[in-house]
Amino acid sequence: MALIETFHLSHLPSSYAVHAALYRDVQNASFLRQQLLSGNTEFEYAFLDATSIISTMHALAAAFRATNDFMNNRLRSRNVHSETVFCLSPNNNIADSFRRFGVNDTTTNLLVIKICTGGEITTDGVRTHLSRAVDGAAVPFIDESLRSMTDLAKIKKIYKIGTSNNVGSAGKRNKSDISPTGSQMVLNGNQAELKERKELEVAILGLMALRGAT
Amino acid sequence: MAAATDNPPADITENLPDLPPSTLLPPLFNNTNPPPELLTQGAEALLYRTTYLVPSIPCALKHRPSKPYRHPILDARLTKQRILAEARVLAKCRREGVNVPAVYALDWEKGWLLMEWIEGGTVRSILDRWLHSTPVGVDASKRESELKDLMSRVGQTVGELHRAGVVHGDLTTSNLMLKPVSTADDTLASSHEEEGKQHQEQREQHLQGEVVVIDFGLAMQSVQDEDRAVDLYVLERAFGSTHPRAENLFQEVLRAYGESFKGAKVVLRRLEDVRMRGRKKSMIG
Ligand SMILES: Nc1ncnc2c1ncn2[C@@H]1O[C@H](COP(=O)(O)OP(=O)(O)OP(=O)(O)O)[C@@H](O)[C@H]1O
Ligand SMILES: [Mg+2]
Repeated sequence: MALIETFHLSHLPSSYAVHAALYRDVQNASFLRQQLLSGNTEFEYAFLDATSIISTMHALAAAFRATNDFMNNRLRSRNVHSETVFCLSPNNNIADSFRRFGVNDTTTNLLVIKICTGGEITTDGVRTHLSRAVDGAAVPFIDESLRSMTDLAKIKKIYKIGTSNNVGSAGKRNKSDISPTGSQMVLNGNQAELKERKELEVAILGLMALRGAT
Repeated sequence: MAAATDNPPADITENLPDLPPSTLLPPLFNNTNPPPELLTQGAEALLYRTTYLVPSIPCALKHRPSKPYRHPILDARLTKQRILAEARVLAKCRREGVNVPAVYALDWEKGWLLMEWIEGGTVRSILDRWLHSTPVGVDASKRESELKDLMSRVGQTVGELHRAGVVHGDLTTSNLMLKPVSTADDTLASSHEEEGKQHQEQREQHLQGEVVVIDFGLAMQSVQDEDRAVDLYVLERAFGSTHPRAENLFQEVLRAYGESFKGAKVVLRRLEDVRMRGRKKSMIG
């Protein structure tokens, strides 16, 4: 049974809904990809490889920008779902964005996003269809689930962050946290890791927001 | 919340238009529920508090409305350039580890920017309150060292900004915020009783917290000593005019700045030239 999380994202019309479902151990990724390639209208989803997603906020931010661009008639790709994949990208290369963030034949960690811009499709409808379509183990769409899936090295490479003088600065921040002038907090390993992830996440949100600016 | 007590200066409140603020919002935010809360209206931008994606993530909305007196094509170009310049500098700073609000989303055609909400208040308002309060049972030297500590954190943060290759352009005490450490790390700290206690103590010292730089509307990328020195000069004048009682402690800002990055000492020497010119100018003009 699919575990669907439904969002009414801030600022979007209240009739709009964003549905998200997360899976591990997916067995039929190539079938799903094929449905997108053949333009099967029963498969109007963004199928994302969850190893390229750092957090729920990361994915929802892409859905938010795609929907705003949709409402302003400035989609750069076919529809709001392909646009969601594209909106994860730090650059304007659509094909690249599909390769990096979209489902591929070897995907086992899958994030499904469905954006409903009218009231016609219900959470139940999405659940029923996905339960039939995706062969995998449903897990809740929460940061903790994504944390075990994310390929941090790949993400840093895609967004070109984490090299010497930048976001590794989460490390730098920690240092100032234990200095006498900063806060008195001493972070243990796990907290430092969460903090680094958070810094990476917001750096990514900035790059996504600025994509396409000239 | 915290910032709602951070009253805007009187001149800003007087400039509020007769129209209900909602009619000035970019279209996307017209049906936002609850409506974005207007905080300040400057000459160029309106600042609201609202949420991003989900109700639990607060954010600041900065809107640069179009100016009816400008030619529409020029207006669209200027709006786009300014909102983009600000977002680019914010994102760059954050990537380089400078304490600034994160960029969440933006629409340069519509002139809006959503960024991370910074809890706490401006250094200006916090200093105002702190300098005018006279707590009992706290000795003067302790208060002095607390103030000194804040000044040094300001210097360090400005140093980090400059090291990242950015000059602010309007470095005043209103464009520096003090973010309580407890909000970001409360959940982490509360698991340990010892740390929890420490946090309680920190909360009671009002000048504790992380210095965060905001308002990059006039910022530019520069590594010139002159530009950096002018930033410091503007800040020095700002402290002098808003907080004369804190002025003598500005040396502490400069001391910490001087140690914050490699080229900082040279900038401090340049600052002396800038001051001199400033004095001459005010004598002539
Ligand atoms: N990210 C934020 N989080 C919380 N409060 C903020 C944030 N950004 C701004 N504020 C509050 O809003 C006030 C005005 O913001 P800001 O300085 O960016 O606008 P402005 O001075 O009108 O802009 P500009 O000078 O570009 O026209 C600040 O003094 C601060 O109190
Ligand atoms: Mg300002």
